[in-house]
Amino acid sequence: MTRKRRRLVLIGGGLGVLAIAVGLMLNALRDSIVFFNSPSDVVEKHVAAGTRMRLGGLVKADSLVRGDNLRVRFAVTDGEREIAVNYHGVLPDLFREGQGVVAEGVLDGAGVFEADTVLAKHDETYMPKEVAAALKKSGHWQDDYAKKAAVPVAGGGK
Amino acid sequence: MIAELGHYALMLALGLALIQGSLPLVGARSNDAVLMSMATPAALAQFVFVALSFAALAVCYVTSDFSVLNVYENSNSAMPLIYRLTSIWGNHEGSMMLWVFILTFFGALVAVFGNNLPVKLKANSLAVQAWIAAAFDLFILITSNPFLRIPNAPFEGRDLNPILQDPGLAFHPPMLYLGYVGFSIAFSFAIAALLEGRIDAAWARWVRPWVLGAWMCLTLGIAGGSYWAYYELGWGGYWFWDPVENASLMPWLAGTALLHSAVVMEKRGALKVWTILLAILAFSLSLIGTFLVRSGVLTSVHSFATDPTRGVFILAILAIFIGGALALYAARAPLLKQGGLFAPISREGALVFNNLFLTSACATVFVGTLYPLALEALTGAKISVGPPFFNLTFGPLFVPLLLAMPFGPLLGWKRGDLLAAAQRLLAAALLAAVAIAASFALQRGGPVLAPFGVGLAIFVMAGALIDLAERTMILRVPFGAALRRAAGLPRSAWGTALAHFGIGVTLLGIVAVTAWGSERIAAIKPGDTVEIAHYRLTFDGLFERPGANYHELVGHFTVRRMSGELLGAMEPSRRTFPARNMATTEAALMSRRFSQLYLSLGDPNPDGSVAVRLYFKPQVLLIWLGALFMFAGGALSLSDRRLRVGAPRRAKAPAAALQAAE
Repeated sequence: MTRKRRRLVLIGGGLGVLAIAVGLMLNALRDSIVFFNSPSDVVEKHVAAGTRMRLGGLVKADSLVRGDNLRVRFAVTDGEREIAVNYHGVLPDLFREGQGVVAEGVLDGAGVFEADTVLAKHDETYMPKEVAAALKKSGHWQDDYAKKAAVPVAGGGK
Repeated sequence: MIAELGHYALMLALGLALIQGSLPLVGARSNDAVLMSMATPAALAQFVFVALSFAALAVCYVTSDFSVLNVYENSNSAMPLIYRLTSIWGNHEGSMMLWVFILTFFGALVAVFGNNLPVKLKANSLAVQAWIAAAFDLFILITSNPFLRIPNAPFEGRDLNPILQDPGLAFHPPMLYLGYVGFSIAFSFAIAALLEGRIDAAWARWVRPWVLGAWMCLTLGIAGGSYWAYYELGWGGYWFWDPVENASLMPWLAGTALLHSAVVMEKRGALKVWTILLAILAFSLSLIGTFLVRSGVLTSVHSFATDPTRGVFILAILAIFIGGALALYAARAPLLKQGGLFAPISREGALVFNNLFLTSACATVFVGTLYPLALEALTGAKISVGPPFFNLTFGPLFVPLLLAMPFGPLLGWKRGDLLAAAQRLLAAALLAAVAIAASFALQRGGPVLAPFGVGLAIFVMAGALIDLAERTMILRVPFGAALRRAAGLPRSAWGTALAHFGIGVTLLGIVAVTAWGSERIAAIKPGDTVEIAHYRLTFDGLFERPGANYHELVGHFTVRRMSGELLGAMEPSRRTFPARNMATTEAALMSRRFSQLYLSLGDPNPDGSVAVRLYFKPQVLLIWLGALFMFAGGALSLSDRRLRVGAPRRAKAPAAALQAAE
């Protein structure tokens, strides 16, 4: 093989692998991304039942009900709207009423959010970015959060 | 006083970095030996002052000087000494100090051990190194000064985030930073080579030990972080595809590619331009990783509360260094001479294959990590790209890579014989087929793909062993002769085989845990039992136990086999830290060879029951054991290199040189 042809093989192979990688990514981006919505978003956008998404907001005060066998029910609110959430499992350490939360799952036909994951927060002053944005949007952001957020919070070295 | 000294030392270090960044550069352009020779003492002095500054911060932490804001916010006098020390880098400011400390440490190492480097290359690369240090010194001094005082010193500190009060913090960030920052040496050498417009195979020989060392530390750092997350976060996951994990995986992938392409460059003089690009990319990805973690643009376990000036500052550093490096590359790379012809089927070809797939895999991780940020910036839509994305992209790219891996070392340089290599790997393929069949026969309800995963892991491991067997000819010559050949093999050959074997080990662990792990979540009362896999756990009750700076609620469980044989006790707990009013879950682990039982405690319910999560993690320890193999392989290879790097006269050992084909 001449030098030129060898180089052609190399470049062709490289482009081939790249094309495969791009194809894989486009395919995966179509199927596996999850949108984040606040309770207001869910109502306004008429999110269809069965669509996988993340729901974020504050856990409504006094809404947590613990059922049998680790079933829990609570409401997520952004001050405007609220959505009931069902979850089966152990809630993360820092799950508290009045605090920010992000749940991942699907909306059922009755408008109840069936969560399969409730994301763990790692600090008592930590507010998920999306939740903060959602609260600001709905005008229920309190300066209190901002003050907390302004204090540098220890985070991971990881 | 101590804090002010530290602050002052850091400013002096900045001044020295500016000198080191300018004079040698001018010297290299004007062929002024005196100016160029300034680089070495400047690098050493700079390291001394940064070390002083770091030590000053350490003293503030150890003596619990709460008049220093950073200490007040992240430490507490009730914490054990080890955590008071590790909390130095358990926060933004301190971790940047560690970053710069390691950076200047590497600079000093190059200054001391780089005596056999060409004068210009050394001067230029130390100058580039100094520019990086100067940028980060400035960053610390302007936006993240750890030495700020509080006017009225409080009596007690706010404590370190309890999640971080763990031996993992002593190990994981320093190792990770050693890896990240280690790539800066390859970067500096690459820029120096581009500035000079000259590069040869010797360049790869000088750079490889640094890349290898950085890669080893990064491997261990990532694995350590993964094990830490596994036992600390209470849900038994070892990898979440969290953006910050991805931030450390990207430099690892690029670094692994660099490691392999540098071999081609050193042995065959080919792939020069590509290797330079990889050196730039590996460190650029390390910088991007730092940016992602430190700027707070990501929602993640690791985010610190955001301060926009920091984000903008790091973004500027990124733009200058990455943009500048790539621009220089674009301008100068065409001038570099190409060399080394090879056929597509050859050792070089295999390494190119490796590089293509590793960089493509790296690109998918890059897209998956940054796409949500880009989309939010452009359209405002908030999305999360989770494990499904990476499983669908990263996985398919890694499979061919692993399939091809055992072939690489068996192919000859320049022109290889694929058929002969395949024949040698026949035994590995048979073994893999047996493993697939056995897994199918044994598995009770698991993914169909899992046995193939096991087969692939076995193929990779057996392939590494066959590589060694071929080199020692253990099956073809008498045992004694094979032993002599084994002793004569370059250590790098052993290192390669060991590291490749480790990949197989890790893969086996991942497949087993993913496919055959099981999980029980239950609310139980004292006296209840939970069963998982072939184990039965009895809940004996809860009791309180005081700790150094926390108190904990401990659950006591007795573990038995299904047959009734007593295996021991497990004591998961929930710790409450009064200083931050925060609770953490401490999972209990019981290892059964490479498998683990994993038990974590949830909240106690009003009715007296308590929620528990119980996992059976088959072969989970293999995941991290494999990383240890990779590290050991790197270490073996590195010890080989040091012997040869110092000795320019290579003709002394022609036999070794012939075999020196790692």
